[in-house]
Amino acid sequence: MFSLHGYGPSILEGAFLTIAVALSSLLISMFLGIIGALAKLSRSKILQIGAKTYTTIIRGIPDLVLMLLVFFGGQVFINQVAPLVGYDEYIDINPFIAGVCTIGFIFGAYMTETFRGGILAVPAGQLEAGRAYGMKPFQVFTRILMPQMVRHAIPGFGNNWLVMVKTTALVSIIGLDDMVRKAALAAGATRMPFTFYAVVAILFLVITSISVYILNRLENRYSAGVVKA
Amino acid sequence: MDFSIIFGNLDIYLEGLKNTAILVSISLLIGLALAIPLAILRTSRNYLVAAPIRAFVYFFRGTPLLVQMFLIYYGLGQFEVFKTSVLWPLFKEAYFCALLAFTLNTAAYTTEIIRGAIEGTPHGEVEAAKAAGMSKALMFRRIILPSAFRRALPAYSNEIIFMLHGSSLASVITIIDITGAARIVNSRFYSPFEAFLTAAVFYLCITFAIIWLVNKLEFRWYAHLRPQDTGTADVGV
Repeated sequence: MFSLHGYGPSILEGAFLTIAVALSSLLISMFLGIIGALAKLSRSKILQIGAKTYTTIIRGIPDLVLMLLVFFGGQVFINQVAPLVGYDEYIDINPFIAGVCTIGFIFGAYMTETFRGGILAVPAGQLEAGRAYGMKPFQVFTRILMPQMVRHAIPGFGNNWLVMVKTTALVSIIGLDDMVRKAALAAGATRMPFTFYAVVAILFLVITSISVYILNRLENRYSAGVVKA
Repeated sequence: MDFSIIFGNLDIYLEGLKNTAILVSISLLIGLALAIPLAILRTSRNYLVAAPIRAFVYFFRGTPLLVQMFLIYYGLGQFEVFKTSVLWPLFKEAYFCALLAFTLNTAAYTTEIIRGAIEGTPHGEVEAAKAAGMSKALMFRRIILPSAFRRALPAYSNEIIFMLHGSSLASVITIIDITGAARIVNSRFYSPFEAFLTAAVFYLCITFAIIWLVNKLEFRWYAHLRPQDTGTADVGV
């Protein structure tokens, strides 16, 4: 049962793709999360409503439905729009881009909430003090808000990351060769589905366990100046 | 948008809605029923009792639901012994496998939620119960669990919504839930927007209904935390 019949390297390759998808989605989601959090906390009513709509709707729809919508819908959409701008060949949507964009877009909504909580945890007086010193809004953001917000946001951020790693398994459904799909291919060829899916499950456990370790260290690092009860 | 596709196939979506509702409600009910004793045992100081539950929770929370479902549905068929057993007719069915995977998954998450709530019980309450001479079982029934459920409700409502969303994975192993219905409509008419946006609307409505129900429940359960004598009904919702 424990022989992988030469499919080991293929699964490992898939594992690297899984990690690549997760990290790329993380970048997009953090970017969207910061924008979303700032929009939610801004004074502009329009930005607030926009961010609220984004987080509410995204969190109300399953990831799989959104991913299928972006993958199949994006295909139709691009091929309807492309001729209008003078491009006549059929365009295939790259499943990597579709997957990463969807996951990033979904977790951007969760990150928005996490970052918003982090920002709110920074005492307003400190931001005021920064402005009183004549710092520009950007300086207040990078020098006072960011370093402290990170500490409060890390637990939620870590949760989002762990959920996101597991969500990457969905990209196998839209045909991306991540480790779940590699396992499915190997399982089909060798008739050993249990073995291969078990290997994938263990690899996921390894990735999440390493993540938890790193996140704990990060949390300690950013809490350096905090007295623990 | 071609609305005739949506309305012409509404029966498929309703069939999907039925299946989603069955899958989610049954797995949540059984999962919760499993999670309560597991959470109580998980707080045990006996390592032999707590460790297996920890391993169960660790596995089901650390791996994707999709992989868990594949392990049960495709994986178990690998073993000849299992294929000849009396259980095989059950495990051959996609519906049963999805249900089993969802149940075990939500049981693991719920165990962790309830464990956290149990451990959050103020120490004084436990001491008072002991001082009043309550047995362990009575203490759990009267003191710890009621207040633990109250503390667990916000996290559990998230779990309900995650389970609803997770149930869309059933469509991957040929079950016609709401997502499965959308995939059928998409492949029949090649109209992804109509197909998947309709599914999205279905899920949004269910999500909002769940949130509304939980808010109602919180209003009742947190009655003792509501400000008194305000005379308005909207406080705390």
